[in-house]
Amino acid sequence: MMKMNPLRSRRAEWLVTLPSLLWLALFFAVPSVIVLAFTFHGHTPNGGVGEWSLSTWRELVDPDYPVIVWKTIRVSLEVTVWSIVLALPCAYAIARMGRRWRSVVAGAIMLPFWTSFVVRVFAWKTMLHPDGWLQACYLAFLRLRAWAFGWLPGCGGQVDPASSTILDSEAAVVLVSVYTFLPFAIMPLYTAAEKFDFALLEAARDLGAKNFYAFRKIFIPGIRQGLISAILMVFIPAIGSYVIPQMLGGTNCVLIGNKIFMRAIQNRNIPHASALATLMAVSVLIPIACAMWWRRSQSARDRKRLDAETARLMTGGAS
Amino acid sequence: MNNDFLVFDHVTKRFGALTAVDDVTLTINKGEFFSLLGPSGCGKTTLLRMLGGFERPDSGRIYLEGRDITDLPPDKRRVHTVFQNYALFPTMTIWDNIAFSLRLAKLPKAETEEKVDAILDMIQMTEHAWKYPDQLSGGQKQRVAIARALVDRPQVLLLDEPLAALDLKLRQHMLIELDAIHDQVGITFMYVTHDQGEAMSLSDRIAVINRGHVEQLDVPAKIYEAPSSRFVASFIGDTNFFEGTIESVEGDYCVIDVKGFPRIKAYNDKNLSTGQKVALSVRPEKIRVTKARPAPEKGASINVFPSVVQDIVYQGVYTKYWLDSADLRISALKPHSRFLLDQETITWNDPVFVWWHPDDAYMVEVR
Repeated sequence: MMKMNPLRSRRAEWLVTLPSLLWLALFFAVPSVIVLAFTFHGHTPNGGVGEWSLSTWRELVDPDYPVIVWKTIRVSLEVTVWSIVLALPCAYAIARMGRRWRSVVAGAIMLPFWTSFVVRVFAWKTMLHPDGWLQACYLAFLRLRAWAFGWLPGCGGQVDPASSTILDSEAAVVLVSVYTFLPFAIMPLYTAAEKFDFALLEAARDLGAKNFYAFRKIFIPGIRQGLISAILMVFIPAIGSYVIPQMLGGTNCVLIGNKIFMRAIQNRNIPHASALATLMAVSVLIPIACAMWWRRSQSARDRKRLDAETARLMTGGAS
Repeated sequence: MNNDFLVFDHVTKRFGALTAVDDVTLTINKGEFFSLLGPSGCGKTTLLRMLGGFERPDSGRIYLEGRDITDLPPDKRRVHTVFQNYALFPTMTIWDNIAFSLRLAKLPKAETEEKVDAILDMIQMTEHAWKYPDQLSGGQKQRVAIARALVDRPQVLLLDEPLAALDLKLRQHMLIELDAIHDQVGITFMYVTHDQGEAMSLSDRIAVINRGHVEQLDVPAKIYEAPSSRFVASFIGDTNFFEGTIESVEGDYCVIDVKGFPRIKAYNDKNLSTGQKVALSVRPEKIRVTKARPAPEKGASINVFPSVVQDIVYQGVYTKYWLDSADLRISALKPHSRFLLDQETITWNDPVFVWWHPDDAYMVEVR
């Protein structure tokens, strides 16, 4: 083996890391600081940034914003839950496939990325159009439900096609978001599932567990790392989502991303948009911090438990 | 329907064109340490997996204590497996791993704790109870895997090459431990291995499996000393084969004409008559190697042939010789029960005599 001078290897490490470090500093850290600084400025009527002041933060006390922030988080959580629920069995199934099929299916999942994201959302807009076939199916379903369960309280009533459109509703945003983010949920789960030792499920079955119990108690904890990545991979972009609610949510699903756009482009109030962006960044950072804290507390708990139990056994053995 | 403890009744399992298990009928007694021994791919693991519920036979039935368990899923049979790679749950502590089956059975908490603590004590792992599997050594994992499978006292414990992943020293230690555990718990063990040493030292009975069928089912000594076929003789231990035709029969003995070895005398254990073809197995440790021609023992004639030493491997306990006699290469073991350096040394290319008693050969194939 080649011996390396520790000083030289340190320098080599720096040299390798430097480009990405510079890139991040220039295009991530500096803009973030600028955005943060903007929030402490007023705005000028012609769209510029005004004097240092706290006026922007004061303007932010708008009863609309907590509602929008909450709605953004709620929709993102909903999207995350659906994506994970759909991705889990999918990742499990791919990991259990033969090697050849595995790459075919994994490739098929990535296939939509060959088409522009905006084009795909446009396609959904067409599909969900009130004259489209999905809407027709939806109405048929609603009418069937009304016919079958109409006599039940709360389920009845006439179906009104005008008020029962999928397009321009929160449902459309959730549906297309799940469609968009599903591959991002499947991939980390599949990567984790591929490394999972499926003999463990056999062992669980052998010891008396039913299939679903083994899946829940052995498989899910076994791919915990992938699960955490999948949740973050869906939740974070969902919070920042702008195109989907803009094109499919109409006025019924305005999320924080759309508000930022409005403030920056329509109202030409850059500091206000910056403050909203900061608010959004904080709400994105919270789940990450939570996840990290949870992981750390878990390992700390395990260590503590091990120490306590060992101590108990040691003293128990001594007495 | 069947009073025997565990029965494989004409069980066949095919994978595509391959017949992994071919019409196997086996009866295993309660409390027995039973081994399935055979080369890899012989079908022994498939037999085990059918008993565990992971494979379904294409035909035939499996009975456990009189009950047909052939179609039961794994969680519905009280048969637990110790897997080759242990398959301990990495996200659970050792304690939780062992408690897994008890919790599934919804045992009261106090009883679960009592049982887990007791078995942890038995395998001497109490101080490691709150560790995770990847913090343990191979031997420790092995013990936990056994404890996890034994804790709710299954009807049968299946062991699938449990020692294959351990190093030699640890393997020998675990052999003794496994034997002790079996004696302690009194549960029927079904042990799958390709290692004849493991099977011989642990088992009450061994089924030697080859190409999906049982070649021989017997106690270890019988399998070694009286192999039923050429395959069994060569798979269990080393042996020398002599093929020839019966020249004459004299009482209990016969004389066999083997090319290059005139008139080998052997005990006629198969009651053969003149003219039949036979393969004779002579174990290396039964063959003696000396420089001087042995003096004939009184009353009995021994088989003596001149030979030349081709290769020697000194092993301390014994020396292994490879010798050329006529067209055959013979292997022989010389145990060093006396201080070696006092004896006359035999070395490469020495002309020597190989000899064995007619009773020490066994007929393995008749044609």
